[in-house]
Amino acid sequence: MPEARVPPGPLPQKWEACRASLKRLSPSDARRYRVLIVGTGLAGASAAATLGEQGFQVESFCFQDSARRAHSIAAQGGINAAKNYPKDGDSIERLFTDTIKGGDFRSREANVYRLAQVSNAIIDQCVAQGVPFAREYDGYLANRSFGGVKVRRTFYARGQTGQQLLLGAYQAMMRQVEAGRVRLHPRTEMLDLVVADGAAKGLVVRDLVSGAITTYGGDAVVLATGGYSTIYYLSTNAMGCNVTATYRAYRRGACFANPCFTQIHPTCIPVGHQHQSKLTLMSESLRNDGRIWVPKRKGDQRSPDQIPDGERDYYLERRYPSYGNLAPRDIASRAAKAVCDEGRGVGPGGQGVYLDFRDALGQLGRRTIEERYGNLFAMYHEITNEDAYAVPMRIYPAPHYVMGGLWVDYNLMSTIPGLFVIGEANFSDHGANRLGASALMQGLADGYFILPLTLTAHLAAHRPRQEGPEHPAFGDARRQVEERTRRLLAVRGKRTVDDFHRELGRLMWDACGMERSREGLTRARAEIPRIREAFWKDVTVLGSGEELNQALEKAGRVADFLEFAELVCQDALHREESCGGHFRVEHQTPDGEAKRDDAHFCYVAAWQFQGDGQPPVLHKEPLTFDAVPLTERSYK
Amino acid sequence: MNLSLVVWRQKGAQTPGRFERYEAKDVSPDLSFLELLDVVNEGLITQGIEPIAFDHDCREGICGSCAMMINGLAHGPQPAVATCQLYLRHFKDGETITIEPWRAKPFPILRDLVVDRSAFDRIIQAGGYVSVNTGEAPEANSIPVPKKDADMAMDAAACIGCGACVAACPNASAMLFVAAKVAHLGRLPQGRVEAKQRVDQMVDAMDREGFGNCTNHYECMDACPKAIHVKAIAFMNREYRFPRRKPGT
Amino acid sequence: MRLTSSLGRKYVMALSGVLLLGFVVAHLAGNLLVFAGPEALNAYAKKLRLLGPGLWAARLGLLGLAAVHVVTSIQLAIENRRARPQPYAVVRHSASTLAGRTMVLSGLLVLAYLVYHLAHFTWQTAHPAVAHLTDSSGRHDVYRMVVLSFQQPAIVLAYVLGVGLVGLHLSHGIGSSCQTLGVTNERVVEAVRRAGRLIAWALFLGYAAIPAAVLLGVVA
Repeated sequence: MPEARVPPGPLPQKWEACRASLKRLSPSDARRYRVLIVGTGLAGASAAATLGEQGFQVESFCFQDSARRAHSIAAQGGINAAKNYPKDGDSIERLFTDTIKGGDFRSREANVYRLAQVSNAIIDQCVAQGVPFAREYDGYLANRSFGGVKVRRTFYARGQTGQQLLLGAYQAMMRQVEAGRVRLHPRTEMLDLVVADGAAKGLVVRDLVSGAITTYGGDAVVLATGGYSTIYYLSTNAMGCNVTATYRAYRRGACFANPCFTQIHPTCIPVGHQHQSKLTLMSESLRNDGRIWVPKRKGDQRSPDQIPDGERDYYLERRYPSYGNLAPRDIASRAAKAVCDEGRGVGPGGQGVYLDFRDALGQLGRRTIEERYGNLFAMYHEITNEDAYAVPMRIYPAPHYVMGGLWVDYNLMSTIPGLFVIGEANFSDHGANRLGASALMQGLADGYFILPLTLTAHLAAHRPRQEGPEHPAFGDARRQVEERTRRLLAVRGKRTVDDFHRELGRLMWDACGMERSREGLTRARAEIPRIREAFWKDVTVLGSGEELNQALEKAGRVADFLEFAELVCQDALHREESCGGHFRVEHQTPDGEAKRDDAHFCYVAAWQFQGDGQPPVLHKEPLTFDAVPLTERSYK
Repeated sequence: MNLSLVVWRQKGAQTPGRFERYEAKDVSPDLSFLELLDVVNEGLITQGIEPIAFDHDCREGICGSCAMMINGLAHGPQPAVATCQLYLRHFKDGETITIEPWRAKPFPILRDLVVDRSAFDRIIQAGGYVSVNTGEAPEANSIPVPKKDADMAMDAAACIGCGACVAACPNASAMLFVAAKVAHLGRLPQGRVEAKQRVDQMVDAMDREGFGNCTNHYECMDACPKAIHVKAIAFMNREYRFPRRKPGT
Repeated sequence: MRLTSSLGRKYVMALSGVLLLGFVVAHLAGNLLVFAGPEALNAYAKKLRLLGPGLWAARLGLLGLAAVHVVTSIQLAIENRRARPQPYAVVRHSASTLAGRTMVLSGLLVLAYLVYHLAHFTWQTAHPAVAHLTDSSGRHDVYRMVVLSFQQPAIVLAYVLGVGLVGLHLSHGIGSSCQTLGVTNERVVEAVRRAGRLIAWALFLGYAAIPAAVLLGVVA
């Protein structure tokens, strides 16, 4: 196991000490280095902008048609910071403690502390960029509370916080494009990592318009490629989200950490029909004013307004009186599943629970509710044809975020020298469960404030040297990608790519979703290779590789999912405990809560690829908790 | 319900295109418009016909990827939604639906319904930002911003860059897109410092790309999935003439 | 502000349009003197003639404004056409109006109408029969020229059509100019649009009232 390189010293001073020790480069020196950044979400765009400002030559890649469309844009609720503007006792310590606890003690203390420390600078930066955060009538920034915490520390821009933060980062990056320091490559997908002479030195990419497969060389590679919740087929993620970049890096030697830590978000619109292509998230902020309930009686078919209060089970308020409807995501999701499994679910198929605004509408009035959640209510109406002002919303959990990702050290570098991983693509800060409004915080912390320093220090220790296509590693990697593309097109079977994706998704949702069991995971591990084999025999991808071919793009991503899914299940199977979003039925308390096994599993599971058909090697990075004592998480 | 689709098919930027007719039989009115295309595409693939290419990603109306003219209206007949949020219940059983790509010279067609909207990126690149380096920012609450200004900035900032304004404009003008950014940043004190050069540079960039000229038809406002108001254009017109030091009203 | 940019030329259109609108309003005010009788109208016409160089300055100014307005609009229209080389197969409108979409056409027809109108009353070549009349005070008898002309239904039709086109043109033009000059905001944008239409059609009614009144024998 490589060193996590956590700096010595007391927790609050670690980052300061680290920063002081990191080598810098003058802009004239920086100009001689080239950095390849894949992904233009919050992490990727903010990193590209900042590195450009520092003078590096940055090449930025994204598969979308514009950098502004990366999936960070869809984050609704908000971004956390320890500003303590509402003066409700918030602090860096408290944000840190909440995040560690929210992650169920499976994250690295030093990273989380640093995250809390830089959180305030993010808000400063975004406000200066012109991000239109919500404000109070006095002109100062407004805050609201969010799942899993009792203080108001979440900054927001209506229901479009992710969009506004991303546009801020995108615009900062476009300023560097204008300055000639960042070069954009939209509609360009990374299909492999080039490791030359033991370090990450380049990329193999496909131009999604012409189909040309080419290589790019640089002094370092940064992956900011987001998460892989689409492994479940139906998720809240964008259709294009995929694991290819990080999985290909894993195959090239980067360790993959905690791949089974996936987050199932409690407040999504339930599945409505068989052709459903994605699930829509209703921001968690709705839980501030909405109350979640199901009928007390099994199979109660009455319309919600006919069910008197006494016959409603406000199960979150009942089970978690202290946090109530604001219980963390993993807990709220599992509780919803539990009541639906008991046959008390509502809506088609009984796969839903009510999120009721009746009381809030009565207390605050329709105008206030409209102001807070107007766009969400409108969205809900469009999708379900139901008016949530009149009848309660129906919600159900859906895959949303992955805490797992490529393993990185304190400096955000993977086990491959020169390969840095930021944002959702890495594993570092959220442990086994992420708290609401923390993903945006982490993406921007990594991209604006951490990576630019640690990457600079890494580069400063090496002479600038960019390899090109003439290097054998580049040629080999390119040929492998070409071969794989050719094979996908050559199958010419009968089933569509989506058909396989749906099959895999159903399997993963059943076996490795909100609840996992030894039996289910074992079955899934046997089933996945079968689906994969069928895929390579019977998939059909029409057209050629030398054109815009969306089916081909999808086929490559699904092919990688079909390999990666095995790793996810293996990780879930090996972790014989329940923690955060990873809930093993074999390991629960008598009242159905997750039961951790700190004696045996208080570590990061980092898997190292050994070759096709070979079991990966498991490395364990032990986690120690000095500042927050290991305790059982309780939101009661 | 049953629907007939008349879809623009064009294999590449340089090849001529034509309309093809496809039947969608027995689809649920609860499908989104893009899910309808998914179903049609799966059918086409099994018949050995290459699927219809269209841009799409988040499918919740925020990424701005999806873009199509549906029966002559950008994003279809429903107000204030993107194509991905348009549901079949808004169509009649048996209806024929014509689907075309955005048509504007600065948005060349790449394939079928997929167009190149990088012109928008180049307009932002020309000045659609506040020039502040990472780490230079003062404390966030050091400059209070009247709630009204912040709200108006947010109204304009909601733009998703989908290009519907251009597609719907009889002149293929990009005024609403440009104005939305000018108004977003121009309404905030942080954006005032560069207000003058921002509007000049962005208008020049817009002109260079070959968009048409605004003649105040307001089709853009009706087509906009975020219902961005043409007051943003009036704001930009004022900014272009005589930007004030303080946020204009 | 650069006047050659797309936005600059919007200003050129709006400003020249507003000034021309000023003329349209003033001209109507003068014309309405026909209802006050021959004395008032002919005296007004004489006063205008006596302005001499001032009149010529105003004429040249109007000519210049019209030229700028027309040339710029044609330039813009050509660019707009180029911005969408391939039209849509299905075209539907939701916010725009016929008036707005036909500004160039209505503008050019108004121009043709103006040539006829000038030939009629100013150069007095279109209908020589009613030209060169003088009243009892020896002044050019504008009143009689107007009355005699508008007793012919064909001429009335041409004028109602002509001022109808002016009304149509202004029904988009007035509101549009306000938007271009940036005087609108969310609260008033619809009101401005409606007020523009109202003013335009009021002007039309004012202008059309004269030939109509003559034809119907109200003014004789």
